[in-house]
Amino acid sequence: MTDYTALEQEAGARIAAAQDLAALEALRVEYLGKQGSVSGLLKTLGTMTPEERQEKAPKIQHLRQSVADALAQKKAAMEAAELEARLATEKLDLTLPAPEAPRGSVHPVSQVMDELAEIFADLGFSVATGPEIEDDWHNFTALNMPESHPARAMHDTFYFPHQDHAQRHTDGPQGHRTLLRTHTSPVQVRTMLSVVEKNGGGAPIRIIAPGRVYRSDSDATHTPMFHQVEGLVIDRDIHLGHLKWTLETFLKAFFEREDIVLRLRPSYFPFTEPSVEVDVGFAIENGKRVLGGSGDAPGHGWMELLGSGMVNRRVIEMSGLDPDEWQGFAFGVGVDRLAMLKYGMDDLRAFFDGDVRWLRHYGFSAFDQPTLSGGVGARA
Amino acid sequence: MKFSLAWLKQYLETEAGAAEIAAKLNALGIEVEGLEDPAEKLAGFRVARVLTAAPHPNADKLQVLTVDHGDGQPLQVVCGAPNARAGLVGVLGTAGAVVPAGGFELKKSAIRGVESNGMMCSARELELGDDHAGIIELPEDAPVGTAFAEYRGTSPVFDVAITPNRPDCMGVFGIARDLAAAGMGTLKPPRIEPVAGAFPCPVEIRTDDPEGCPAFYGRVIRGVRNGPSPEWLQSALRDAGQRPISALVDLTNYLMLGFGRPAHAYDLAKLSGAVVARRAREGEQVLALNEKTYTLTPEMTVIADERQVHDIAGIMGGEDSGVSESTTDVLLEIAYFNPERIGATGRALGLASDARTRFERGVDPAFLDHGLELLTALIVETCGGEASEVVRAGTPPLETARVAYDPLLSAKLGGVEIAPAEQRAILERLGFAVAEDWTVTAPTWRPDIDGAADLVEEVVRVHGIDRVESVALPRGEGVARPTATPEQKLERRLRRAAAARGLNEAVTWSFIPPADADHFADGNGGLWVLENPISEDMKAMRPSLLPGLLSAAKRNLDRGADGVRLFEIGRRYLRGDAARSDERLTLAVLLAGEREPRGWDQRRNGGKAQAFDAFDAKAEALALLAEAGAPVDKLQVMGEAGPQFHPGQSATLRLGPKTVLARFGALHPKTLEAFDIEGPVAAVELFLDAIPARKGGGGFARVAYAPPALQAVTRDFAFLVPAELPAGELLRAVRGADKANIVDARVFDVFAGQGVPEGKKSVAIEAKLQPGEKTYTDEDLKGISERIVAAAAKLGAELRG
Repeated sequence: MTDYTALEQEAGARIAAAQDLAALEALRVEYLGKQGSVSGLLKTLGTMTPEERQEKAPKIQHLRQSVADALAQKKAAMEAAELEARLATEKLDLTLPAPEAPRGSVHPVSQVMDELAEIFADLGFSVATGPEIEDDWHNFTALNMPESHPARAMHDTFYFPHQDHAQRHTDGPQGHRTLLRTHTSPVQVRTMLSVVEKNGGGAPIRIIAPGRVYRSDSDATHTPMFHQVEGLVIDRDIHLGHLKWTLETFLKAFFEREDIVLRLRPSYFPFTEPSVEVDVGFAIENGKRVLGGSGDAPGHGWMELLGSGMVNRRVIEMSGLDPDEWQGFAFGVGVDRLAMLKYGMDDLRAFFDGDVRWLRHYGFSAFDQPTLSGGVGARA
Repeated sequence: MKFSLAWLKQYLETEAGAAEIAAKLNALGIEVEGLEDPAEKLAGFRVARVLTAAPHPNADKLQVLTVDHGDGQPLQVVCGAPNARAGLVGVLGTAGAVVPAGGFELKKSAIRGVESNGMMCSARELELGDDHAGIIELPEDAPVGTAFAEYRGTSPVFDVAITPNRPDCMGVFGIARDLAAAGMGTLKPPRIEPVAGAFPCPVEIRTDDPEGCPAFYGRVIRGVRNGPSPEWLQSALRDAGQRPISALVDLTNYLMLGFGRPAHAYDLAKLSGAVVARRAREGEQVLALNEKTYTLTPEMTVIADERQVHDIAGIMGGEDSGVSESTTDVLLEIAYFNPERIGATGRALGLASDARTRFERGVDPAFLDHGLELLTALIVETCGGEASEVVRAGTPPLETARVAYDPLLSAKLGGVEIAPAEQRAILERLGFAVAEDWTVTAPTWRPDIDGAADLVEEVVRVHGIDRVESVALPRGEGVARPTATPEQKLERRLRRAAAARGLNEAVTWSFIPPADADHFADGNGGLWVLENPISEDMKAMRPSLLPGLLSAAKRNLDRGADGVRLFEIGRRYLRGDAARSDERLTLAVLLAGEREPRGWDQRRNGGKAQAFDAFDAKAEALALLAEAGAPVDKLQVMGEAGPQFHPGQSATLRLGPKTVLARFGALHPKTLEAFDIEGPVAAVELFLDAIPARKGGGGFARVAYAPPALQAVTRDFAFLVPAELPAGELLRAVRGADKANIVDARVFDVFAGQGVPEGKKSVAIEAKLQPGEKTYTDEDLKGISERIVAAAAKLGAELRG
C-alpha cells in the first residue's frame, strides 16, 4: 500500500530544500522524468482494475500535480531571487552626471529682431533690407542731407578710399563716396524707389528695416557697429497721430506692458518734417529703470528712445514718389538698446565679444520663438 | 548751450519758474539736458563779518577768527587766507554745508588744536571764479547773516541742446521768442539806440569775396580801457559756461550768446591798411586764437589787412590782432558769411568754434546793424571810448522763404486740428508774416523754413505736440498676412536650428584686422578696406565669418572655456560689378576646444576628452542644409574647401559641380597659427544665397505616401576596394544598382591592415531592400545582390569571400 500523502510530503520537503536550479532539475527528473517515480506510479494505472484505478487515479494525479506545482513555485522563487541578486550587482550611482547635450542659444539681437518682425507683421509691415556698404547718395543726399549739410558731419561716417567710389546712382549730381551706412534710413529710399520701379508709381508701403549700422564712435555706451530698425509707412493720409499710435502699439507689445507712456518732443532730422523725438516714461523698480508708468510722477522719468517724424517731402520726391499724393512717417530705434532695456543687459560692448558665458546667460533657447499667441517676449 | 534764468528774463517778462520753463522748452523742441540751481550748491553759505583775527598759537600761516554770521553768537573759525582780517565781510560755510569745489562736507573740527566751526571761502571753493589767493571780500555793507545765494542773486541755469535747424535759438533772445510764442510770457526786444559816429571810420573795409562774405560792416572805437568785465557780465558768462577774459572779448561773447550773433574785435594798433574779406592764398598761414597755426587754401574766406590774415572768417580770429589789456582802439567786425563755405572751411581745417557753429547754420542776415549798435553801446558803456561812423561793405542776403500754406495741413500732416486763427497767431508770434491768402513769409532768422511741412511743425509744436492724439493705422481685414520673404524665413529657421543643435549664436564685428581678412580673402576681387577705421583691428570688411568666430573662440579658450561651439549668421562683404558691394548672407559654425570633456564614464571614449574633427563639421553642415530644405541626398562631397582648411580633412558640398552650398572641415594648421589658437578646430560655412528654394514651396500638401505593407530586409556586403576610392562613391554605386528595390545603403565598417591586401581596404555596406507587393523570393534577392556586386565592380570593388 503506497502512502501517497507521505510521498507528497517527502517530495515537498526535498523540493523546498533544493539549493539551486540544478538540484531542482534533478528532483524534477527524479519525480516527473520519464523514469521518475511519480511518472512510474502513473504508468501503473494501466495495469489496475477499473475499481482500483478509480480509487487510486485521483490520488496519483494529485501527487503529480502537487509535485509539479512545488517544482514550479520553487523555480519561480529561485529565479526571482537570482534576478534580485543580479540587479543588486547592477546598481548605478545615478548622482553621477549623464552625458550632456550642449546648450545652444540665439543672440539677443536676433531674438529682438524676430520679436520686432512678429509685432510689425501683425500691423501689416514687412521686413526690408539694404546694403551696408552704401553710397552717400542713399545714405545722405536722398535723405535731404546734401554735401554741405552740417548734419553729415554729426554722423561720424566710415568711408572707403576714393578708388572705391563709383558712379552708383546715375542721376546724382556728383561722384559718390562709398561708405558704411550710418543708419538704416537709406532702406527707406531704396524701398520707395523699388516700389516705384515695380508699380510705375506710388503704392502704400509699410516696412521695417533692421540691420547693422556703423558710426566712428567708441566709448562705454557706443560701439562702432550697432543695430537699428527703421520703420516706414507711406500712404495718402498718414499723419503724426498714426506715428504716435504705431509707436505706442509697438512698444506696448514689445515690452508687454499696457502702461507704456510716450512723450513726443519736436526735434530735427533732415529727412523728416515735422520731426519728433520720442521719450518713454520709466519707473524705478528694484533700483533699475523699468519702462512703463508715468514719466512725470515723482520717482518716474523720461528716457530718450527714438527719433521719428513725417517723411520730408524732398525725400519722398528724391525717392521717385509724388509728395503731393504720398506722405507718411518714419522712425529709427536702436535694436541693441531695445534688447538692453527689455532683457537687462548693461554693457553694449559685450554684445559683440562672443563670450560663450554671456551668450548662454543672455541668449535665448531655440524654442523661444516669438509668437503673438504666446507673447513675443521670452521671460527669464 | 547754457544760460541762466536771469539772462532769459532780460528778454522775457514771465512769472514762470525754472521747472515750468524747462518743461515748455522740451515741449517746444529745445531739449533741456540739465537744469541746475546754484542756490542749492550754495546752501549753508552766508554773508559773515570777521570780528577779530588773532594768530594761531600753533601755526604760523593760520589765524583764529571770530566771525559774526548773523545769529548773535559769533563763531570761532580757523582760516589760512592771507587777506583774512578783522572787519572783512566774506562768505562763511558752517558745519553741514557742502563745498561746491571738491564736494566735501564741512564739519566742526580742531585744526592744530584750535576749534574751528566753519570755513571762510575763496571764489574758487564756491566755483565762482578762479581766485584762490584769498577769501572772498564783499562790500562793507553786505547784509551779514543773509544766505549768500540770495545776496548774490543766483539764478537757475539751463543747459539746452539746440537742433541744427535753429540757429536763431543759439542765442538766449531766440529762446525767449519761442517761449513767448508759446505763452510763457512777453518778449522784451532789446532797446537798440544807434550810437552816433563821432568821426569817419579811419579804416577802409571791403569785401573782395562777395560769395563767401556778402556783407562786412565795421566801425572803430577809440580810447577804450580794456580790463576785467563788470561782475554782472562775468557772472552771466560763467553761468553760460564761458570763462571771462576781458571786457572787449566778453562783450562780443555776450552778443553771441545773447543774440546768436558772432562778432569780432581787432586791436586797431596791430592792423595796417585796408581790412578786407577775401579768399585765402594757397599756403597762406594764420596763427589762430587757439594758438595753433592753420594753413589755408583758396576755397577759404579770410579777413586780412595789407600784411597778413587776421581772421579765419566766421570761425576763429587771429592771435596777432586780438585785443589785450593794453588795447585802446578797436575795430569791430560784424559780417555775414556763406554758411556752406564756413562749414567746408571748418571741416577742412578740423576747427570747431562757437562762431562756426552759428555761421554754418545761418545767422540772421538782418541783424548786422542791430548787432553792431548793441555791441558798440555796450563797449562804450563798459570801456568808454568814442565810436566812429559805421562802414558797410556789401549787402547781406535778406530774401526769405515764402510758403503757400494751408491751415488744413495741421490736421492732414500733423494729426491735430488747430483753428486757422490760432495758427495765424502762432506764426505771427514767431515772426512770420501771414498774408490774407495764407502766403507765409519766414522771418530773416529762420533759414530752416523750406516748405509747408516746416510751418506745420511750427504750429504743432507751439500749439502743443502732446495734443496730437493717437490714431490707429488702418488694418487689413482678418488675420495678419505673412510678410517674411523666403530668404528671411530661411535665415530665421537656420538660426533656431543651429541653436537647437547646441551652437551659441555670436554677433561679431563686420570689420576685422586686414591680416585676418587677407587670410580668408580667396581672391574675391579684393577687400573692402576703410579709409578712416576706428583702429587697425577694425579696418577690413570681412570676406568670411570665420575670422571673427576664430578670434571669439580664441578669447573664450583663453578664458578657460572647454568647448566652444559658435555660429553666426551675417554678411560677407565681397566686391561685385562696377565697385558695387556684394553682400552675401552666410552661416558660419566654429567648433574649438573639447567636443566632450573627460568624464567618469569609461565606456565613452575611455573617459578621455575628445576634440572636434572634420566629421563634426560635416554633421553640422548636413543637418543645417537639411533644415534649409536643400536636397541633402543629392549633394556631392568634393574638394577645394580653400587654403584655410586642412587639405586632407575638408570638403565642399555641392549641388552639381559648380554650385557650392557649403564648405567644412578641420582648419589648416597655418590658419590656427595665424589666429594663435590651439587646434584642432572644425568649421563650416554655409552659403545661404546658394541654397535652392525649398521644394514644394507653393502648397501645403505633401507627396502622397503610405507605409509599405511588407517589412524591409537588409543584406550585408563586404567589398575590397582600392584604398583611395572614396566610400561615398561606392555607396552611391550601391544605391543606384537597383533603385526599385534598394531604398538605403550605409557603411558599417571600414578596415585596412591585417588580412586586407596592400593598397586595398575593406568597406562593409548594409543595403536596405524594400519589397513591393510580394515578399522577395530567393531568386529576387539573388538578382538584387548580383546587381549590387556588379555596380560595385565597376569601381574596382570585389566581394570579399
